[in-house]
Amino acid sequence: MKRNRNLIILCVFLLAGLIMPLATGASDPGFYIEVLLGGLMAGVLYSLVALGFVLIFKASGVFNFAQGAMVLFAALSVARMAEVMPLWLATLLAIGIMIAFAFIVERLVLRPLVNQDPVVLLMATLGVTYFLNGFGQAVWGSDIYEINLGIAKEPVMILQNLFQGGILINKDDVAAAVAAVVLVALLALFFQKTKTGRALRAVADDHLAAQSIGIPLNRIWVIVWSVAGVVALVAGVIWGAKLGVQFSVSQVALKALPVVILGGFTSIPGAILGGLIIGVGEKMAEVFLAPIAVKAFDLAGGGIENWFAYVLALLFLLVLPEGLFGEKHIDRV
Amino acid sequence: MKLVERMRVLAVSAGAVAAIMAVAASGPVQAQSKAKEQFFPVLPYRTGAYAPNGVPWANGYVDYLKLVNARDGGIGGVKITYEECETGYDTARGVECYERLKGKGPTGATLFQPLSTGITFALTDKAPGDKVPLVTAGYGRADAVDGTVFKWNFPLGGTYWDAADILVQHVGKIEGGLDKLKGKKIALVYHDSPYGKEPIPLLQLRAKMHGFNLLLLPVTHPGVEQKATWLQIRQQRPDYVFLWGWGVMNSAALKEAVATGYPRDKMYGVWWSGAEPDVIPAGDGAKGYHALVFLAPAGQGQVHKDMIKYVYDKGQGTGKKEEIGEVLYNRGMVSAMLGVEGVKRAQFKYGKKPLTGEQVRWGLENLALDAAAIKKLGFEGFMDPIQTTCVDHEGSHSSRIETWDGKKWNITSGTYESDSQIIKPLIKESAAKYAAEKKIPVRDCAKDASN
Repeated sequence: MKRNRNLIILCVFLLAGLIMPLATGASDPGFYIEVLLGGLMAGVLYSLVALGFVLIFKASGVFNFAQGAMVLFAALSVARMAEVMPLWLATLLAIGIMIAFAFIVERLVLRPLVNQDPVVLLMATLGVTYFLNGFGQAVWGSDIYEINLGIAKEPVMILQNLFQGGILINKDDVAAAVAAVVLVALLALFFQKTKTGRALRAVADDHLAAQSIGIPLNRIWVIVWSVAGVVALVAGVIWGAKLGVQFSVSQVALKALPVVILGGFTSIPGAILGGLIIGVGEKMAEVFLAPIAVKAFDLAGGGIENWFAYVLALLFLLVLPEGLFGEKHIDRV
Repeated sequence: MKLVERMRVLAVSAGAVAAIMAVAASGPVQAQSKAKEQFFPVLPYRTGAYAPNGVPWANGYVDYLKLVNARDGGIGGVKITYEECETGYDTARGVECYERLKGKGPTGATLFQPLSTGITFALTDKAPGDKVPLVTAGYGRADAVDGTVFKWNFPLGGTYWDAADILVQHVGKIEGGLDKLKGKKIALVYHDSPYGKEPIPLLQLRAKMHGFNLLLLPVTHPGVEQKATWLQIRQQRPDYVFLWGWGVMNSAALKEAVATGYPRDKMYGVWWSGAEPDVIPAGDGAKGYHALVFLAPAGQGQVHKDMIKYVYDKGQGTGKKEEIGEVLYNRGMVSAMLGVEGVKRAQFKYGKKPLTGEQVRWGLENLALDAAAIKKLGFEGFMDPIQTTCVDHEGSHSSRIETWDGKKWNITSGTYESDSQIIKPLIKESAAKYAAEKKIPVRDCAKDASN
């Protein structure tokens, strides 16, 4: 009961913060909607990266620190190969590379460390991160590379008769949102309707029980790392098309950490909702909260959106330690 | 695997690693012998978020050192040796590289050029103790111009206060006079780091003087996420945007400007936001964007012909031949040249032999690169004269505006000089504060200039 009460208080507090700029007249409605949309669009991308974390954690209990590096590596592969071949072919080949990568990780990293402590596996994925970042730049280069999806970059103004100056949206943001929705729908179908998907869920629930009924753990790990690789590729291509493919893409992917903390490590809906909350929260905070905080506390200035995402996630953790949709962990003593 | 076998595997692996390290240490790192050599440490960043800009600068820097060896036989007959230590634009790694390289070579490190304001801030406290000059051409602390306090720092060719001052002068000129800036809005979109924050005091002073509104919009490292920043720009509609970015932040800013419909011809970048890697990724969206020129603009002159003849045609080039003459390549070359000229100048006093950092410091403090000397070096048309003194460690305070036409940078303004009446008191005040904080005795240049 106390927990629910705290959750309600937190939600009311956050909702009040969300509508404050509008209610106090600090922002005109058109601009407010633009910031909200900007946050949602950023959130969609965070959700995509977070999905990769969740998929691997669900299937193997491994927190894959290398997900950001996988996003970079996949995007670099597409961008560089697309320079000498059509984009669709480069994408297909990059999917092949990510599947090959999944095989290598399973064989060289996961299999030798099976039954080891989770922290050992976490450290192993940290090693994979450094390897993949360095190897990716050594093979593909460290410049800024372009992925051209053929979508116009110029903004489009809508609802000009409703809001002064209209509301600005970008076609590539809309394309990103559509791609994310399609991907999530495909993943849901895969998990719910296919035999492999059911096997993956069985492994996620209890890998020892799954093994006892003949589900091959090694094959499942390869599949799940491959799926996470494809999700990383989609996120990398969308991000790369917007801002260029470069090393920093892997760092932006770390924004998915607060998303999975908030959404829960094992929940796909949690990753999606968490991404949207973090995206909207950080953009609102940067635009509306930062100037007030700087003035009120005479701060030295500085962008707050990077660390505000973690503050938001920690606030949720205070009332929901397993995240929004994470599994409750109860030990009997 | 049994424990004994495991131990054997570990021992073999350790042996192999040790062997590789030994080979690496005795390989192309040409800094080990005690011959007549002058050692230049190189602190590049060829990987990481800032590599697109760090690589061409490092290539130009290293290639120039190779050119001096190949064309001139070294500096006054003293062969140049160098060693790279990757910093990744990370201050902690930069300091680690400094510590690793400061004692190398027969006379120790000649000087350091970290290409990072953050690393410069960290090394400024260390350099006096180690007696190694810090050359920060176009970056670093603006108050380090004052050689009476910052004996070991040399922000040669321009500081961020010069840059900000010149940008204000330029937009004032466009508006028909500095008085016409009253009531205008200028947004500073800056990298949230010591580098990005450096121009703020000067811009705040100018804003007070001329009555324009200054909007400060920080962008957190690495600068890819700028949606919130550009939404604020769309809301505030500033008359001009000054961009103080580095690496991927610059191209991301231009892309966001396109996405929010902010006119690129109202955007002015500092000289670290005005190179090819900043505009090419933004495609046609970068057309009309302006930036400051620092010493060497893009293009080729006599020194580039020499570079191709003595270095690239011999298969010794560091980067791609077609990148010779790009903005950052040229800047790396000029930075190396300033260091080499500092050594050359010091050789007049101390003789043609390997010199210590302390001796090179004197050379840097007495640089006299006039138009004739610049022409002789093959840099004619690529830089303004530089004349340093004990009081002025900068030596030049001018810049121009260049504009990207979609394919190349074009110079689109005359030469501006920063206003010394505004900047000098700022430098004096800031340097005095630093001296008081660090308890540094202020030099009397009348007595001390020869040391």
